[in-house]
Amino acid sequence: MKLNDQEKNRYSRHISLKEVGLYGQEKLKAAKVLVIGAGGLGCPVLQYLTAAGIGTIGIIDFDTVDETNLQRQILFTVNDIGSNKATAAEKRLIQLNPNVNFNVYTDKLTTKNALSLFNDYDVIVDGTDNFSTRYLINDASVITNKPLVYGAIYKFEGQVTVFNYKNGPSYRCLFPEPPKAGSVPNCSDVGVIGVLPGLIGTQQANEVLKLILEIGNPLSGKMLTYNALDSSSLTLNVPKSEEEIAKIKSDNFSFETMDYDFFCDLLKQEKMKEISIEGLKQWYEESKDFKVIDVRSDWELPRINKENVVVIPLDELQNGILKISKSKDVVVICQHGVRSKFAIEVLEREYNFINLINLSEGAANWK
Amino acid sequence: MTLTIKYFGMTAEASGKTEESFRSNYSSIAELQKDIINKYPKLEKISFKIAANQTIVNDDYLLSENEEIALLPPFAGG
Repeated sequence: MKLNDQEKNRYSRHISLKEVGLYGQEKLKAAKVLVIGAGGLGCPVLQYLTAAGIGTIGIIDFDTVDETNLQRQILFTVNDIGSNKATAAEKRLIQLNPNVNFNVYTDKLTTKNALSLFNDYDVIVDGTDNFSTRYLINDASVITNKPLVYGAIYKFEGQVTVFNYKNGPSYRCLFPEPPKAGSVPNCSDVGVIGVLPGLIGTQQANEVLKLILEIGNPLSGKMLTYNALDSSSLTLNVPKSEEEIAKIKSDNFSFETMDYDFFCDLLKQEKMKEISIEGLKQWYEESKDFKVIDVRSDWELPRINKENVVVIPLDELQNGILKISKSKDVVVICQHGVRSKFAIEVLEREYNFINLINLSEGAANWK
Repeated sequence: MTLTIKYFGMTAEASGKTEESFRSNYSSIAELQKDIINKYPKLEKISFKIAANQTIVNDDYLLSENEEIALLPPFAGG
């Protein structure tokens, strides 16, 4: 895909490299990359791919920007809090490089939309934060035969590799089975040092460029591990398992009806968390950072008159999803603890909430 | 035999260290895994793959003296 004069100037430092050149920059312009998750990893990946002049970038994320994201998700500002991440990222990236064509998807990636979406792109980037989506992405990449640039982080440590590249190993060759539910916490549970996703995400962006330019040695069949505390890295060889890949490619594997949440045990986690009025009062006394969702109608008394209470009547729940924090503890309340329990079941099942707590005795006795 | 074991992520937290010299009477990965879990019972609840000399190996892999072992858990975060 030819570059105009302005683009030739813009990318001149790339074009000067013999490994890239005008031909390489044209390949970048012709390339289509899908970035899944515009969070800690997605932000630096998107920023560098946009600056590098990738022609078409897809951004998919259903989540909204939260204040706690700003410590590491560097595309966002305080003005983006509450906005969809994919939309907010595009707004910023267009300013960085208006030559790039962005496709924004604010829906959740599912088994229903993944295959047709992946087919529209050359390279897939995984910057998600949970195992069920990671297995879904891996399997869809195997089925659509797309290289998958994988990154994952934990506290001070990161992992980067390229899966499904020219018949190389896949995620399932390394980890055939997901870990036991709840045994591997994510960043919102245990914390993460803010620069870590930057370090790992830029490595992912580098792998994407190498794949498109066909230069260097992609991290296919090798997983790079990095520890930010002692700045050490170790690269491990990941052998391919023909058996694991054959399972996904088999006619018996029904991707579109596969339940990845169930596969990853999300629904079998310990029973719903509960709190009492006494416990809730103690949280207020301790000034704990949490939110309350009141699913009653506004005429039902007694009200809990505190600043952290958001009223979303049960029948308006689906329209109020964006008002519910996914990162803080959220106590869901109603009059007797029944509607709130129902609301939590819906939110956990349909919207993947894991931070909800039921006020099991209800707010009827709140004083 | 004496091995060097490197711990990553949650396995480092369970063992309280990132690297150590480890003496084992066993020669297969499956047996070594039991040996390590015996020493650090918290590892029982953690999923991880084992690499020997920088290559991910299966349970039936046979170890040799002074090999470098790595315990690699999957990470979810992004």
